[in-house]
Amino acid sequence: MRVILIDDEPLARSVVIEYLQNWPEIEIVQECNDGFEGVKAIAQYNPDLIFLDIQMPKINGFEMLELIEQPPSVIFTTAFDEYAIKAFEEHAVDYLLKPFTRERFDKAVQKWMDQQQRSEPKQNTKELLENLQSSSPKNDRIVVKTGNKIKIIPVTDILFLAADDDYVKIHTPEGSFLKNKTMAYFEKMLGEDNFVRVHRSYIVRINEITRIDPYEKDSHLAILKSGEKVPVSKTGYPKLRQVLGL
Amino acid sequence: MLRQQVSTEQTSEPVLSKSKLTLIVVQCIVACMISQSAILLWFGFSAQTSFIDSSVSISLLAIACYLIGNNLQYYRPEKNGYLLMLLYCSILASLWLVVNNWTLDKLILNDPHYSEFLYNSLPIRFFIGLLMIGLMAMVSVVWYTQLDQKETEKRKLEAETLARDAELYNLRQQLQPHFLFNSLNSITALIGSRPEEARKMIHQLSDFLRGTLKKEDQQPVSLIDELEHLQLYLDIEKVRFGHRLSTEISYNEACKAKKLPPMLLQPIVENAIKFGLYDTTGVVTISIFGECVENELHITVQNPYDPDTTRPKHGTGFGLSGVKRRLHLLFGRTDLLETTSYSHIFTTIVKIPQV
Repeated sequence: MRVILIDDEPLARSVVIEYLQNWPEIEIVQECNDGFEGVKAIAQYNPDLIFLDIQMPKINGFEMLELIEQPPSVIFTTAFDEYAIKAFEEHAVDYLLKPFTRERFDKAVQKWMDQQQRSEPKQNTKELLENLQSSSPKNDRIVVKTGNKIKIIPVTDILFLAADDDYVKIHTPEGSFLKNKTMAYFEKMLGEDNFVRVHRSYIVRINEITRIDPYEKDSHLAILKSGEKVPVSKTGYPKLRQVLGL
Repeated sequence: MLRQQVSTEQTSEPVLSKSKLTLIVVQCIVACMISQSAILLWFGFSAQTSFIDSSVSISLLAIACYLIGNNLQYYRPEKNGYLLMLLYCSILASLWLVVNNWTLDKLILNDPHYSEFLYNSLPIRFFIGLLMIGLMAMVSVVWYTQLDQKETEKRKLEAETLARDAELYNLRQQLQPHFLFNSLNSITALIGSRPEEARKMIHQLSDFLRGTLKKEDQQPVSLIDELEHLQLYLDIEKVRFGHRLSTEISYNEACKAKKLPPMLLQPIVENAIKFGLYDTTGVVTISIFGECVENELHITVQNPYDPDTTRPKHGTGFGLSGVKRRLHLLFGRTDLLETTSYSHIFTTIVKIPQV
C-alpha cells in the first residue's frame, strides 16, 4: 500500500517515517513539503492514503484537498486546530494531534487498514470539506487549478461569479477560473457586505456595478465597470436596489 | 466590562446637542438685537435707524465671537496665558468697533444726530463688545477643555479595556499552541535520532517560555534583552524549518540599552515568520535591525512575501493593527508603525520614542 506524507516540517515527517517502520506492508512513495508538491505527487502516484498537515506554505491542507478530484483516504496530522477537530471526528479516517505516540499512530493506521479490508467505501473526504467550510471562519481566498497550475485568488479580486453547469466561473481582472462548487456555497462564503446575488446564476461585487439598465420584461442588466453585462432577475432586482440604497 | 461600556457612552455624550446649541445661539443674537433696538428707540432714533444699527453691530459681533470660539477650538491659552487672551479679545473688540463704525457711518447718512451719537457711544460699544467677546472666549475655553477631558478620559478607559482584553489574549497567545505543539513534535522526532539536539531544543523552549512569562509585568525591556528573546524564538523555528529559514539580527552598539515595551516585537516577528514561511516555498531570510534615530529607537523587520497570494491591506498591512493600537495608547502617536512592501520584501519599521 502506498502512502504520501505531506508536511512542511522535515522533523515532523521523520516521526511518521519512524512509526511506519512497524508497518512493512506500507510503502512511502513520496514526501512533500507543501500542498503544491502534494497535488502533483497524488496525481502521479495515486496513493491509498496520505498523511496531511494542515498549516503549510501557500495553500493549507484543506485547500490542497479541494484541488484533487478523487481524494485518497486522509489521516490528518496537526498541532492545533480548534475548529477543524470536530469535522475530523466525523469524517476523516483519523486525526493525529502532534506530538502523538506510536500507540496512537498505530491505532489510526489500524483503523484505516480495517476499513480497507471490510472494503468500506472510502471516507467521504468531499463531505469532510463541505463540513469544514461550514464551520470555518470566512475565507479570504479561493484556490483553483488551471491546467497544471494552481492559482490563488484573493476574494478582493473577484468581479463576479457565473454558474456554469456543475462549476462556477470566477471572473477576475486576470481572467476567469472554474471551481467545482455551488453558487449557494459562494453566496455564503462571500457574505453580503460586498457581494449580491442578482440572479440564480450570478453573484456580483456591489462596487463593480456602474449602471442598471432595463432589459426585456421584468428583468434588468447590471453593467459592470469592466463593461460586462450581468443579468438581474425579477427577484434579484429588489435585492440589488436595497444594497445600492435606491 | 458592561459597566465600563455604559460609562463610556455617558462620557462621550455631549453636554448639548449641536441643534440645541445652534438654537440657543440664534436666540441670543435675536435677543441682543431686540434689546439694542429698544435702547436706540428709547434714545429717540427712528425705527429704521435702530434696526440697521442693531442688526449690523450684533451681526458683526456674532462674527467676532464665532472667530474667537473657533480659534479656541485649536488653541487654548496655557496656565498663564490669560493676559494674552485679554489682549487678543481687546484687539478683536477694537477691530469690531472700527468695522462696525465704518459700516454704520456709510449706511446711515441722513441723520446728523445719529452720527454724533455713534461717535459718543464708541467707548460704551467697545466695552459691551469686549464683554461679549470675553464671555464667548471664557465659555469656549470651558467648553473645549471639558470636551478634551472627556476625550482623554475615553481614551484612558479604552486603553484599560484594551489592556485587559490583551491580557486575556496574551495568556492564550503566550502559550502559542501551534508553536508549542509543533516544537514538542520536533523534539519527539529528535529524541530517537539526535538526542543531544533534542535536549538543546528543550532548553531553548524552556528559556523562551520563561522569558515570555517574565514579561507579564509590562515593564519596558532593553533592546538587547528583547533581541535575545527573539533569537531564542527564531532558533526554535530554525530547528523546525532549518532547511528554509535563516535569520539576521543586528543592532547599533549604541542603542542596545534603549528601552521598548515588552512583547511589542514578538507579534511583528511572528507575522514575518507567518508570511515568510507560509507564503513562499523557497528559502526565507528574516532580518531584524535596531538603530537609534534622534530620540527614537527604530527596529526594522524584513521578510519575503508573495505579492500574488497575499496583499498587504491598506494602512498597517498584514494584521499589525494590534501593534499600532498599542503604540498609539502608549505614546499617543499613530505614526510609529510603518510598513512597506517592495519587490517581494515586506518591511515593518517600529519607532519607539525614548523618554
